[in-house]
Amino acid sequence: MAKIKVAHYINQFFAQIGGEEKANYPAELRVGEIVGPGMALAQNLGDEAEIVGTIVCGDSYFNENLETATAEILDMVKELNPDVFVAGPAFNAGRYGVACGTIAAAVQDQLGIPAVTAMYDENPGAEMFKDKVYIVATKNSAAGMRAAMKKLAPLALKVARGEKLGASCEEGYIPNGTRVNFFEKERGSKRAVKMLLDKLAGKKFATEYPMPDFDRVDPCPPLKDLTHAKIALVTSGGIVPKGNPDHIESSSASHYGEYDITGVDDLTEEFYETAHGGYDPTYANEDADCVLPVDVMRDLEREGVIGELHHLFYSVTGNGTAVASARAFAAEFAQKLVADGVQAVILTST
Amino acid sequence: MVKEIERAGLPVVHICTVTPISMTVGANRIVPAVAIPHPLGNPALSAEEEKVMRRRIVEKALEALTTEVDGQTIFDWQ
Repeated sequence: MAKIKVAHYINQFFAQIGGEEKANYPAELRVGEIVGPGMALAQNLGDEAEIVGTIVCGDSYFNENLETATAEILDMVKELNPDVFVAGPAFNAGRYGVACGTIAAAVQDQLGIPAVTAMYDENPGAEMFKDKVYIVATKNSAAGMRAAMKKLAPLALKVARGEKLGASCEEGYIPNGTRVNFFEKERGSKRAVKMLLDKLAGKKFATEYPMPDFDRVDPCPPLKDLTHAKIALVTSGGIVPKGNPDHIESSSASHYGEYDITGVDDLTEEFYETAHGGYDPTYANEDADCVLPVDVMRDLEREGVIGELHHLFYSVTGNGTAVASARAFAAEFAQKLVADGVQAVILTST
Repeated sequence: MVKEIERAGLPVVHICTVTPISMTVGANRIVPAVAIPHPLGNPALSAEEEKVMRRRIVEKALEALTTEVDGQTIFDWQ
């Protein structure tokens, strides 16, 4: 059987051309050559595959001439006509990581050749390209070269053969956001108890559902004068006018709703409902005030406890909505709230 | 969303049932709610009693908005 043909991309540093002073080194094709980390790659690929050529490019040259450099390198890859394209590893070198991700994604998308790369998970290239190409997680320096190649080479062979890949933790790539269903050997209750026992015993245990990283924001100073404050209502409970005029998705919302409640004293069954698909909508459909307390806020407004209820409310269906989407929605409507002179917000969640 | 609102400079209170999620997400002023499908309602009560209870929760939320906090704080109304 013919050997799998591999094209390898590295930067000027790993090609031993030079460091920063040579970072403007233009893209160069070395047909039939194995350069620098290519030795370790070839070793780990074994007899099944061969490196048919190495493309070397300076990191600054690539990043400063993104389009030209990508086009030039794509032409070189075309010339090599490999079965798989391997870029890096870039470890924690930012520009190198971005170059590896950009070119690997371009080779895959534009030439239809499978591509893999490798870098440290905090390399900006990882965040930018982890959902576009398989990126093997490496240490943050070239000291991790051996370990990186041990994972990168088998992954390259697998994608070259078009084999089905296992989960990120099995194959060693950075989680790309794709969920794959599978059957565990042991049932959930048993695994949960085992995890708990390990935790109690101070042993190492691995969660099956890692929480995303959340940053923190310092609390704003409190309102000084409630009686003159303009307060807005926001909800992730999906309250919308009846019929869901903006077609807010019942899950994984792609947009939020902004609704005028001027003159509305009470959210009635006739005019309001929930678009949220993640909780039993019976109560919210019957009386949406139980999610968005417009009735009580109107009473408090009338009694002079608060200055004013803002005439617009903002609504999102929170279930399955990506953190990034929620962040973007709120960043946008928060600016509108500020522009409208709102001084505080009550946000309700189901 | 709470963080983006707070980042924009507006004090915000999060009324939610699963307060540990609110803590994880990073809300600073938190008021526990009644239940997931009806955070500010309770179908077991009469309409009048329910509205009284809802007002208590909202008043607690307003109290939270007028209270200085130096970290994540839960304002319990029950």
